[in-house]
Amino acid sequence: MDILILLGLLTTGYVFGRIAEKRHFISIRTREEEYRDVLAFSARFPPPSSTPTTPVLVGGNVVVAVDYFKMTAAALRNLIGGRVTSFETLVERARREAILRMKEEARAHGATQIFNVKLETSSIGQGTSGQSFSVEVYAYGTALVAGKTD
Amino acid sequence: MLVSNIEIIPGRKVIKHLGMAQGNTVRAKHLGKDFLAGLKNIVGGELKGYTELLQEARDEAVQRMVDQAKGMGANAVINVRFSTSSVSAGAAELFAYGTAVVLE
Repeated sequence: MDILILLGLLTTGYVFGRIAEKRHFISIRTREEEYRDVLAFSARFPPPSSTPTTPVLVGGNVVVAVDYFKMTAAALRNLIGGRVTSFETLVERARREAILRMKEEARAHGATQIFNVKLETSSIGQGTSGQSFSVEVYAYGTALVAGKTD
Repeated sequence: MLVSNIEIIPGRKVIKHLGMAQGNTVRAKHLGKDFLAGLKNIVGGELKGYTELLQEARDEAVQRMVDQAKGMGANAVINVRFSTSSVSAGAAELFAYGTAVVLE
């Protein structure tokens, strides 16, 4: 009976997790294309410009959870070591999504450049559900909005 | 109040440094949301409840930092950084800090 539940969880995780991940990657790719004109730089200093600009702090965050299959795969991987591909795609997804949300906010302000972009990753798992694992990524930077305010 | 994570604001001059301004908040997860998140851990995907919770908490940390900077007499906070740490299982601390300055 226990083995049936385990197998059920594994299949559900595998099927739904895969579909969700595929869909998410497609959505990320189309949105990355859409926000191509919003440029994100990790440079600390914006180049000197003749037109007045106003800096605005923009950011985007996302929390992504792993599915049951990936969690099991990672646990098995832990025994022999090596690349944990199932977690690699998870963190990549979260990071690209966070950057996209930051760009979204920048565009809402009418900015096309974001400087000093920083990415912060923290794992917020280990809840009441035992060994659950989820990762939070926060991307932030300073968007330069044309025009002078205040 | 100008809040930015770059150190030099284009076209503006810092006329006075007032030291560090900081704001933090510790948030615990909602039991119901945590239960739903546990279910979500079977199929994977984004945990929207947590995303919103952390964003709200971060906004609050920034607000506290801005309030402190205002109390110091600043009109801008530059070089802002964020930091997240899990204090205990189920609670996270969000911390925002920066340099309070007076811009001309």
